Amino acid sequence: MSNIWHFLKGTLILVTKGSKAYYSWVLFLLTLMVIGAVAYIQQLNEGLIVTSMRDQVSWGFYISNFTFLVGVAAAAVLLVIPAYVYHWKPIKEIAVLGELLAISAIVMCLLFVTVDIGHPERFWHLIPKIGILNFPQSLLAWDVVVLNTYLAINLTIAIYILYSLYYKREPNKSFTTPLLLLSIPSAISIHTVTAFLYNGLGARPFWNSSILVPRFLASAFCSGPAFMIIIFFLVRKYTKFKIEDKAIQKVAELIAYAMFINLLLLGAELFKEYYTASAHLAPVQYLFEGLHGHSALVPWIWTAMIFNLTAFFIFLVPDTRRNNVTLIIGCFLVFIGVYIEKGMGLVIPGFIPDVLHEIYEYAPSSIELLLSMGIWATGLFVFTMLLRVAIPIMNGDFHVADDGVGSYIGDELFLVKQDSKEEIETGVLVDEYAE
Amino acid sequence: MSDTKKCDHHVLHKSRRKVLKGLAAGIGLIVLPGREASASVWESFFQKHFRELSRDELKDVIKRLERDYSKQYAKQVTVKTTPPIEGVRYGYGLDLSRCIGCRRCVYACVGENNQSRDPQIHWIRVMQLDKEKGVDLSHAEHYYNPVEVPEKGHFYMPVQCQQCEKPPCTKVCPVQATWKENDGIVVVDYNWCIGCRYCMAACPYGARHFNWGKPKLPSNEMNPNTHYLGNRPRPKGVVEKCTFCIQRTREQPGRYPACAEICPVGARKFGNLLDPGSEMRYLIENKRVFIFKEDLNTQPKFYYFYAT
Repeated sequence: MSNIWHFLKGTLILVTKGSKAYYSWVLFLLTLMVIGAVAYIQQLNEGLIVTSMRDQVSWGFYISNFTFLVGVAAAAVLLVIPAYVYHWKPIKEIAVLGELLAISAIVMCLLFVTVDIGHPERFWHLIPKIGILNFPQSLLAWDVVVLNTYLAINLTIAIYILYSLYYKREPNKSFTTPLLLLSIPSAISIHTVTAFLYNGLGARPFWNSSILVPRFLASAFCSGPAFMIIIFFLVRKYTKFKIEDKAIQKVAELIAYAMFINLLLLGAELFKEYYTASAHLAPVQYLFEGLHGHSALVPWIWTAMIFNLTAFFIFLVPDTRRNNVTLIIGCFLVFIGVYIEKGMGLVIPGFIPDVLHEIYEYAPSSIELLLSMGIWATGLFVFTMLLRVAIPIMNGDFHVADDGVGSYIGDELFLVKQDSKEEIETGVLVDEYAE
Repeated sequence: MSDTKKCDHHVLHKSRRKVLKGLAAGIGLIVLPGREASASVWESFFQKHFRELSRDELKDVIKRLERDYSKQYAKQVTVKTTPPIEGVRYGYGLDLSRCIGCRRCVYACVGENNQSRDPQIHWIRVMQLDKEKGVDLSHAEHYYNPVEVPEKGHFYMPVQCQQCEKPPCTKVCPVQATWKENDGIVVVDYNWCIGCRYCMAACPYGARHFNWGKPKLPSNEMNPNTHYLGNRPRPKGVVEKCTFCIQRTREQPGRYPACAEICPVGARKFGNLLDPGSEMRYLIENKRVFIFKEDLNTQPKFYYFYAT
């Protein structure tokens, strides 16, 4: 028990130390979090009327962000599979970063759902035994279960591995392996269930399509890994942690496959809707070309289409994939493209036109935007804190002191520009033939 | 209401809100409310699901609600819990050939069921449709506002909760805050609803409405004859819907829903589907009847028909 206490004390000391860049980044996030909290207080006071949501469009920006972030969280599995199923060493070294991203993304998901509900103080109604969880009838009940399970699994794995490394112990495989294997179906389940949540509603033809789950999974395997690659480059540039090019390349390759499937499925959906041209075409028309003069989402969805297509070719062509500049551009395009497509582009047309064919055009209010920004900042803050502890541990700069009680902090600065390019390249060479 | 009373009420309300807020967000805004108010807040916070309350607990809940509402609206408010009547399953008929689109039903409903006046909540939506196009919703006019109705070349289609036999809305609720009663009425426990609005996404008829803001209901317009599962005042942040005027129709002798009672052209019919001699049964067996969005298999107990 006292070990844990010393470990926690060490992490607390660690997160308060860093470079100027680290402090300003954290301060920036904290500012946004405070702004978000103020926006939330106002929303609690006046009710969800401060949002632009109304009876016609009863879910909006919050649930759009939630849906997108479930995908980001699920995508950590794309690192776990090559690392632990195929024992591919270059990715094994960085898989823990994926788990930390999953944790941060789930935290954001839970926050987005919390701010969307009318009576957050009644959350205990969802707890089985104390309240009533409508399981297995309600898909939302399923989502509560799988999201929390996934969060618990990832927290356990990440904390256990880091804690072991801190005490310079080899993590016990008979403990981690089953959990890691369990995290794979668990990741798929969070995204499947979230898709089912929309999928099962006969009232909403835009969502009521059996292709929705595979579409969700395919786009998740684009956006999550794209974010990971951006993080890899940042970590490599600003910390001493080494990430091999071939690990990044492998992830980029996976994005290319996932994006191909994503675009294929989207095409299949569009063909079916446009060729049949039934009354169910209306939401697709609203999204892609506007309906009865209402076209708020049209420029957004075409931006997403162009971004996704461009990114697909960037990841497909070996020259642009291997070029770090185009690769990073591609990652940004994917992330933004999927954010639009699987966020507002998925949720809003479910409500426009509404079930009685009324058109109420939705755009998030300033409170919704500020509050959402606050939640994103919270997620990034959590991720930053996790990395602040994890990276020094993995570098061997943060471990138990020689007396076996206190903690040794070798890395007082965090987020410092590194020029260790040579080191990384030699690292690649050595590892390539080591296996 | 005297000035001091008003003031008390104001303070009470503020502190209650603050307690809930503090609990919700843990932001530390908690201000200790007065002893009486605090008891009410905590009782309501820990209140069990309506169907899990014992007889004694239910009595306490009703007593608390009646006390709070009576104080808030400065009149004697009753909150009934009348159960379904054995052998009754309600059905509703709407004669599209008669409806003139006057919306008297809409406002009679608002008055009877204590909906918020600002923002306005209507449980009935009347659509103006083209006679040439028939029931084609993509050409429906929701906000028609001529000097006189009916307008030439148009007919009118009111839509409200269809009291589905297989309601998609109750299935999706994560906390079972909404369910179908034995007489077929779909109800909401406003004290259990968490306000996630999944039911609104699931309803194919736009019958569910959310209290986006704090509902405003002037004391003099408040209908004090209420039912726990129906027209009692709602807090902000919960979903509400038509209950076939549960506070009227479950009485013995029963009364018609407010919308059926007010209809000036007799377009609205109401009765017991299980009674072979009822007007509803006659309509279903003898008139041209359709149910809305039949393909979704929600099996509404709201029948549209053409009598002429």
